[in-house]
Amino acid sequence: MVGLQILIDGFAISALYALGAVGFTLIFGVSGVLNLAHGGIMVVAALIGWFTAGELGAGTYGGSLLGILAGLVCAYATYLLVVRPIQRSRAIPHEESEIFVLTGTLLWGIMIQTALAYKFTDNPVTMRPLFSGVVNIAGVRTPRNEIMIAVVCWLVIGLLWLLVNRTRAGKTLLAASMNPRGLTLLGFELSRVHLLVWSIYGLLAGLAGVLLASFLGVGPNNTGQLTASAFSIVVVGGMGSVSGSLLAAYLVGYLETMTAYLVAPTLRPIPALLLLVLVVYVRPQGLLGRR
Amino acid sequence: MRSILDLTSSRANGVRMSGAVLLAMVACLCACSRSQGNEPIKIGVIGEESSVAGASLTKAALLAAEDINANGGVNGRRVQVITYDNHSSAAEGVRAFQRAVSEDKVVAVVGSYLSEVALAIEPWSARTRVPFITPGASSNDIPKRVHDDYEHNKYTFQGTTMSEHIAQSICDFSHDVLVKQFRLRKAVVMSEDAAWTTPLDARYLECLPKAGLEVLDHIRFNPDTTDFTPIFNQIERQHPDVIITGISHVGVQPTVQWHDQQVPIPLAGQSSQATNGTFWKDTNGAAEGVITRNTGAPGVALTPKTIAFVNAYIQRYGLPPAYCGYTSYDMVHVIAEAIKRAGSTDPDKLVDALEKTDYVGTSGREQFYGRDEPFTHALKYGPGLVTGVHLQWQNGKQVAIWPADKANAKVEFPAFVKFPKQASTK
Repeated sequence: MVGLQILIDGFAISALYALGAVGFTLIFGVSGVLNLAHGGIMVVAALIGWFTAGELGAGTYGGSLLGILAGLVCAYATYLLVVRPIQRSRAIPHEESEIFVLTGTLLWGIMIQTALAYKFTDNPVTMRPLFSGVVNIAGVRTPRNEIMIAVVCWLVIGLLWLLVNRTRAGKTLLAASMNPRGLTLLGFELSRVHLLVWSIYGLLAGLAGVLLASFLGVGPNNTGQLTASAFSIVVVGGMGSVSGSLLAAYLVGYLETMTAYLVAPTLRPIPALLLLVLVVYVRPQGLLGRR
Repeated sequence: MRSILDLTSSRANGVRMSGAVLLAMVACLCACSRSQGNEPIKIGVIGEESSVAGASLTKAALLAAEDINANGGVNGRRVQVITYDNHSSAAEGVRAFQRAVSEDKVVAVVGSYLSEVALAIEPWSARTRVPFITPGASSNDIPKRVHDDYEHNKYTFQGTTMSEHIAQSICDFSHDVLVKQFRLRKAVVMSEDAAWTTPLDARYLECLPKAGLEVLDHIRFNPDTTDFTPIFNQIERQHPDVIITGISHVGVQPTVQWHDQQVPIPLAGQSSQATNGTFWKDTNGAAEGVITRNTGAPGVALTPKTIAFVNAYIQRYGLPPAYCGYTSYDMVHVIAEAIKRAGSTDPDKLVDALEKTDYVGTSGREQFYGRDEPFTHALKYGPGLVTGVHLQWQNGKQVAIWPADKANAKVEFPAFVKFPKQASTK
């Protein structure tokens, strides 16, 4: 019984991790940006979603859409206000720009967190579930909302796969992640590619934030933890590899769930961190990483 | 910024220089303490502006200062409240306290609802000899330290019900309602691992069996927990009749997940976030049926001052006060009263006057335990003093359910909660 509970609970949580991690790795693979404001973007989406749904009366669907939109806007802000100016700055030597972007996004993430805490207090918020009630899966009482979240996550990931592998725009993204210089030689506008990938990222992070709020609840204090979680999953899976992130998300998600159920809830984050250390030591490019 | 404290440390950098500056500061201090006249009495208030409870603390204190000044102040002098934000950090709380004392020259500090912060400030209150009252931190250790080292720590007071008494109140409620009315027999204690719950849980484990509830398990979880499913699972597997909680740093998440997963066991005990007026909205109604102990409840007149205060607070700030809003408001008044009786703001005279406090505030009749009692300077608990009420969320409102003379509604649970006499499968 506990086994089935772990299987179901782990599946939903892993799907949510996967959604967040896929966006994170996409941004790194294509844009070369380690966005440490990732958690901040998710929490912005969650809080705006909650605020518009309840306080402004948009309802759950309206609020969710507005929340995702807010995530998109925040991603754009991150790119246009923080990342791009640093990347284009002449004062910063080219080899060091990545570190500056990292630091810039880290500080930006902290700014977002503090601003949210002042506007909304640091209390976590939850979105009303789109489907309420529970379903009995072979004796395991599962909220319908949890199932819906897993389904939505996989639908979106599937859509993303279609986009990247079957559409022209998506293949441009893939190419940009492999060889940006070659891409410009072929006459593609890199700046448009960056804009596209940040748009996709904003939608993914926004959706992940809104779904997380609906499933577990989220608040400004979770910002750092969400970024760290996405970061470690992406490192384990291989930076820039989408399928690697998916695999790692499920690995980490199930490790955490098993620890919480079988060992102690308090020790939940530890095995994932141990796995991270192991991977960095034994196979630094990650499970499916290319570089 | 150099404080008096830096100067008194034994660094040998330019002894002559620091000696001269020290002399100057001492002279200034003597001069300052002599010039009272019409200068306002400054009280420092340290809150946590990003948290619902902590923000209420500072707002209520500001309201109290206004009320005091509207009634003529203290012996003709205005009361000025200076607020600080400690961002829920003990280190920042200490820094705020140091700033309040050495730069802003406050005569007393009201601070924090987090026991971790209050415990960090307590030794500084002793070192700087500035009275410090916490209106929300309930750890037993705060008054215990006063008892154990009275001469140094006597400047600290606890203006809220101690963890041990909170637990006792919950045991009394459990006996009257859960055991006698609902005939529940078994409980699981679920608390966050924090400073205030250590004495709370110890008392739970002692008094719940005496109240009639067998304690099947005692769970202490990390306050950073976001997914409570495994915890609820672990609890459910033991088939208790009720979950007795001790939570304050968390509240929204476990409550929402309890509701969404339809855990068939009622929640009672202390859930500090559930005492906030905004909790229903924060949880999108998942709070239905949650029981918690609180300082007060809407519409319940604990004293003739309670309802007027709540209305004034709502009118001014647009939302009801959190639990430490009541106590913060009272403690500013308590300090003002003590200054009036002492006729001075001298720390030792102020402490003497504070010890003799017998003040009817918004949460009850407030007195402090004395030097000979085990928890010196804690708020006295008992009938006729500060007793608190138990409330339950029903249909978007907090209703009082215990004690019987304060109750204004009957206890009702959501449909997914199952009780032993109604359960068909086990």
